[in-house]
Amino acid sequence: MSAPAVARTLPSWARWVAPIGTGVIGLALWVLYVDVLQAAPLMLPSPIAIGEELVLRWDIIWEDMLITASNALIGLAAGSLIAVMFAAIAATFRPVDGMLAPIVAALAVIPIVAITPILNTMFGASSQFGRQAVAGLTAFIPVFVNVLRGLHQTTPVHRDLFRSIGATGEQTFRKLTFPTALPYLTTGLRIASSLAVISALVAEYCGGPADGIGTAIASYAKSGHAALAWAYVVGGILIGLAFFLVTAALEWWATRRAPA
Amino acid sequence: MTVTTPAVRADAVGKVFPTKTGEVTALTDVQLDVAPGEFVSLIGPSGCGKSTLLRLIADLDAPTSGTLEIFGKPAAKARHDQDYGIAFQQAGLLPWRTVGENIGLPLEIHGKDKRQRADRVAELAELVGLTDFVDSHPDQLSGGMQQRVAIARSLAEQPRLLLMDEPFGALDEMTREYLQSELTRIAAETHAAVVFVTHSIPEAVFLSDRVVVMSPRPGRITEIVDVGLPDERDEQLREAPEYYDGVTAVREALHGTTTARPNER
Repeated sequence: MSAPAVARTLPSWARWVAPIGTGVIGLALWVLYVDVLQAAPLMLPSPIAIGEELVLRWDIIWEDMLITASNALIGLAAGSLIAVMFAAIAATFRPVDGMLAPIVAALAVIPIVAITPILNTMFGASSQFGRQAVAGLTAFIPVFVNVLRGLHQTTPVHRDLFRSIGATGEQTFRKLTFPTALPYLTTGLRIASSLAVISALVAEYCGGPADGIGTAIASYAKSGHAALAWAYVVGGILIGLAFFLVTAALEWWATRRAPA
Repeated sequence: MTVTTPAVRADAVGKVFPTKTGEVTALTDVQLDVAPGEFVSLIGPSGCGKSTLLRLIADLDAPTSGTLEIFGKPAAKARHDQDYGIAFQQAGLLPWRTVGENIGLPLEIHGKDKRQRADRVAELAELVGLTDFVDSHPDQLSGGMQQRVAIARSLAEQPRLLLMDEPFGALDEMTREYLQSELTRIAAETHAAVVFVTHSIPEAVFLSDRVVVMSPRPGRITEIVDVGLPDERDEQLREAPEYYDGVTAVREALHGTTTARPNER
């Protein structure tokens, strides 16, 4: 009876070892393909070469990582803040909800990265603002949608309770509506954080100042420095990972007491 | 003899809900006085307006006709003055708050300082037997314990009137009987009047001084049964003949006929 159940749930060590093993096998095949068989195209260097570049040029990679990461972070923070404010207004005033919904739906459909060249030209080639604006616009949508939904999640029994104890509107918002929406906010932030990093990075392909991870990847790829370009890609992955881990931890913290 | 202000006075109270297909009369011509310290149950089938009546008393909805006074004041004023505490079928606890913080919520809303709150919360936790769980979160508690937290919260402001909307409706029979005994004890200790909505006949009889029997379409009071049991309610009472007499009287009032059922306990 219990045998299939045992077979289906992996022992705890296997849950760690399995993905690490898969990664090691993947790297081994990669080394085999590039270094041993020497069959790879020019732009696919060996992981060892990428690792070497990463260590050797860590200083300049780190500098560019900071540029891209700070653009993503500023965009994420500003976009989320505006999204929370708009969602609060939309949740309070029904007509505003009706006015904003189609605009947000339209915004969600445009590939926002596509307007980057326009923004870069608008704000000048030496300004990071265009990139931050793109990251902010991208982050806005998931945060707005999730927070708006979260602000509508209070249950009738909770609303009756707050009315019965004579709570003011402001007290009800602070002690009921907002805490109820908090897990939705953190879910929105988790989704927005990855999007903000991707858009801040991709925005760099469309001009602006000559710094950041995206700019570096583009220029080293064009000039044939394959291993260095890939080392920058690793830098981009690290930024995305850091953003994801922080926001996922935030989400875990906020949902641990959420109603079942 | 002094004339005391009733805890609840409903005079010709009616409630009509507008719906897409026309108006629905949820309650009509409700005439009811509840004395201070009295335990009154509202019983009847679904749609008889018992919960609606409770919501009107709590000023969660407004009546469309008639007048409703709580301790001689309009219902809205009584709500703002915190003259009543209320408990619902769902405990309605805030999952991100501890048991103690849930019990103290009304005190927090009314700006009581931390010390006062802590003292009162400790008192209330003891009253409902949850002293050891003050720092637990609701998801660590059983349904019956959650409901006890809700009752403690409803008593936070020492109300003279307790409104309860099927608070034990979702609990198993054993927990239910245990909490009924607890509630009679708490009601006696606090001297609060109680208006208790239920659809369980034994529950209504065990708890109440009077049982208000209601019927639907349109929702109205059809009979008020004086239970006439002693103030002291304990487990032995559940086996007593007077208790069965009360159950029979309420059942007959609900069915509207005198039925002879020799084989039924």
